[in-house]
Amino acid sequence: MKTIRLTGLMRKEVYEIVRDPSSIAIAFVLPLVLLLIFGYGVSLDARRILVAEVVDHPTQLTASFLAELERSPWFRPAIYPDEPSAEQALMHGRADAILWLRSDFTRLSYSTGSAPIHLTVNGVDANQARIIENYVNGTWLLWLQQEATRQGTHVAAPVVADARVWFNPALRSRDYLIPGLIAIIMTLIGALLTALVVAREWERGTMEGIMVTPVSTTEILLGKLIPYFAMGMGGMTMSTAMAVFLFDVPLRGSLLVLFGTASLFLLTALGMGLVISVLARSQFVAAMIAIVTTFLPAFILSGFIFDIRSMPQIIQLLTHIVAARYFVTMLQSVFLAGDVWPVLLRNALGMGVLCAVFLGIALLRFRKRLD
Amino acid sequence: MDAVVVKNLSKSFGKGAARRDALKNISLQIPLGSMTALIGPDGAGKTTLLRLLAGILTPVAEEVRVLGHPLPQEALALQNKIGYMPQRFGLYEDLTVEENLTLFADLHSIPQEIREHRFAELLTMTALGPFRKRQAGQLSGGMKQKLGLACTLIHPPQLLLLDEASVGVDPISRRELWSIIQQQVASQNVTVLLSTAYMDEAERCDHVILLHEGEILAQGNPAQLAAPFQGHAFVLENVPEAPRNLQAQISQLPGVVDTVIQGDGLRIVMQLAGPPELPEKLTGHGMPKPVPARLEDAFVSLLFIRTARHRIPLPPQRATTGDNAAVVVVKDLFRYFGAFAAVKNVSFSVCKGEIFGLLGANGAGKSTTFRMLCGLLPSSSGTLRVAGVDLRTATAEARARIGYVSQKFSLYGALSVQQNLSFFSAAYGLQNRRRKERMAWALEELELKDYTAMNAGELPLGYKQRLALACALMHEPSILFLDEPTSGVDPLARREFWARVNGLAEGGTTCLVTTHFMEEAEYCDRLVLMSLGEILAQGKPSEIKEKVRRPDRPTPSMEDAFISLIEEHEQASRRAS
Repeated sequence: MKTIRLTGLMRKEVYEIVRDPSSIAIAFVLPLVLLLIFGYGVSLDARRILVAEVVDHPTQLTASFLAELERSPWFRPAIYPDEPSAEQALMHGRADAILWLRSDFTRLSYSTGSAPIHLTVNGVDANQARIIENYVNGTWLLWLQQEATRQGTHVAAPVVADARVWFNPALRSRDYLIPGLIAIIMTLIGALLTALVVAREWERGTMEGIMVTPVSTTEILLGKLIPYFAMGMGGMTMSTAMAVFLFDVPLRGSLLVLFGTASLFLLTALGMGLVISVLARSQFVAAMIAIVTTFLPAFILSGFIFDIRSMPQIIQLLTHIVAARYFVTMLQSVFLAGDVWPVLLRNALGMGVLCAVFLGIALLRFRKRLD
Repeated sequence: MDAVVVKNLSKSFGKGAARRDALKNISLQIPLGSMTALIGPDGAGKTTLLRLLAGILTPVAEEVRVLGHPLPQEALALQNKIGYMPQRFGLYEDLTVEENLTLFADLHSIPQEIREHRFAELLTMTALGPFRKRQAGQLSGGMKQKLGLACTLIHPPQLLLLDEASVGVDPISRRELWSIIQQQVASQNVTVLLSTAYMDEAERCDHVILLHEGEILAQGNPAQLAAPFQGHAFVLENVPEAPRNLQAQISQLPGVVDTVIQGDGLRIVMQLAGPPELPEKLTGHGMPKPVPARLEDAFVSLLFIRTARHRIPLPPQRATTGDNAAVVVVKDLFRYFGAFAAVKNVSFSVCKGEIFGLLGANGAGKSTTFRMLCGLLPSSSGTLRVAGVDLRTATAEARARIGYVSQKFSLYGALSVQQNLSFFSAAYGLQNRRRKERMAWALEELELKDYTAMNAGELPLGYKQRLALACALMHEPSILFLDEPTSGVDPLARREFWARVNGLAEGGTTCLVTTHFMEEAEYCDRLVLMSLGEILAQGKPSEIKEKVRRPDRPTPSMEDAFISLIEEHEQASRRAS
């Protein structure tokens, strides 16, 4: 190996990156857009639930309950004159749920002490429906307690749940989505970009010209690996800065551990990209393979959005060959919990094995030959 | 010592039924310091041989030794000493001229001290000095080719392997490329092995190897190869008007291997020694005179017996109704790209049934003019009438009457021949019966019947070209545009192609054609010569050549005319600016 050849190849790569806007778009603009969408737009929390309220017989008691809903940040209530019109609103998507306080609500609650409230929830999105149900129940309990205190009595409850939420006390989905997103971004830069730029060299015929020079395969591979490693770490730094300063995601672990895990993951992703480039010699095919084998699994099977433990057994096994799975766990623990070594080491081991496998295949299969 | 020693080399691609033998048990030697040309029809194995010698394919052989290095074991050591220019030399288009050179200097570990000197040398030689900071993607075709050559010459190499380095390059750039190569041979004692479709290039080499279907048909110096055919070649001089029809008739005579138009005459090559026996109706032009045989005669004759010859049916005699209406009229045409004028004040007209040529260096504005004529690009100003329709107002109507064969033969590679024809006839709106008729016609007339089920992407180049022509003719256009249709095609396929174009023109189809082969310009009835967006000369081939006739050059060739007219003009415009 000769440094002059390696630096020559790397310098060439840098010129191409700087002058070709498409690679910059993949490495920096796409992450920026993804972060903004996930940071501001996408949220798994149910907020501003549209509740259609129907009160058959308004009294002081119903008004006090409705006021409680009004105060809550989760609800955006609207009053409807009768049940049919509220149903209409639900059908047309102007309401997510109907809360119906029947005409005997006040009477029953004073006489028997237990008055039913009627809740209809749009169950198309099952997850959302469950959240709405819980929120309404929570608010209902809270109001009951307040009502009891005000009247000088106690609600007889045999067990009281006193919940504490750890690691993400505010229950902001953003706080765990964004660390996961960083894994997606690094997969993009590492695998997709590398596979594309090598395929581009085949397509344009530049690879044939390079192969007939005394350059070795290791030099060709390192010439791709090093510049895109630097670029990936750049994307990583940008994403971390945005996460911490723009979206207030806590960073409880150390920066050193964060960048250490990121380096290991990036090497794995670059290895995947190089393996793809051995198989695909056109940019179109390379992009297809990269998206199907790296980007989509990183999105679906990494536990970034969908919990791995609720997947069928066979799919759970499959997630072990998805490098992003290990990285998402490690990032979530570094950001939200701190440097939890048992978790970090176990996942680092899994990722390290994958990294060695991919880089090994790339090195063995990448030949300076056309046949 | 020999630079290249090859003993019993074979190479095949694919497995099982798809197995294709590219080289079959060939042996050859190339002496140090010599220039060797590889010639042969498309698919003969030229590129495979060059790639094997560059160490990027694995050979199956008793021995392959290049510059003393056995292959494939010592490929890396060999690659230190050779320069290889693939057919499509991949320059990094986002990198400047200088950055491309620097990259290849780095890859060959050229020490910094001598680098600057070597760059200066190469930039002077290629005349690319003024473009040092320009990105390779913005250079003209000829300049890119020169930069590619400079990159392969950087170390400098002991052996230079060039794969059709001059394809798609105009005569001036081609001459410059050759002078660079010859300079290297003379000053650095470089051994050169090149493949080429130009017989005049092969004729300039010390040694010629003729490959056909993976086997060596003949090798030796050009004179040796031509020797067995002395007495076979004749010239019929001073053929009057329109020699194309006469050529078509003579080519059908028994014993005639080849007939080409050459200046004002016809060159005839016979299968056996002895003059052609002209039937009585053709004797009016005088008797053919014997001339010395040349390499091209050997090429055509040697392949003549081995390839199924396609008898192009005699075109119908043109009805001489005096119907010479202009079907293409171009007047005061301009086209700007930003402030840059790609086409300046161009005017010409083409009559029905004419073959009209557009000649010019790379970047002269030919393709831009072509695109405007096909309605693919609007003009900035001027008149454009095609088939009686103004292109500014009725593009779609004009398009229904024209056929277009582009340089890259825009075919669908993953569709079969049949499917391509079916698609193009549907695209031109041919209905059930007419579509069937035209498809049957195309398969029959262009002899594609044996290939109906093969995918267009896998066809040999000559057949691709035929299919592209068939697709462009599905709707029986009255005007046919051919944009460098013969670029990279071997001499045999080129002859066949021109015979077909002749037939079409005799049948009344107007043909507009661009080409870099100057001998093909002789087939044109009239032509324009363009440079830097302007027309320099216009008229019959003989009239254009007349312009550069001088006492020291009594019979200038088309190539002489091209080079001197364009160089004069480029110098004049450089002085003006």
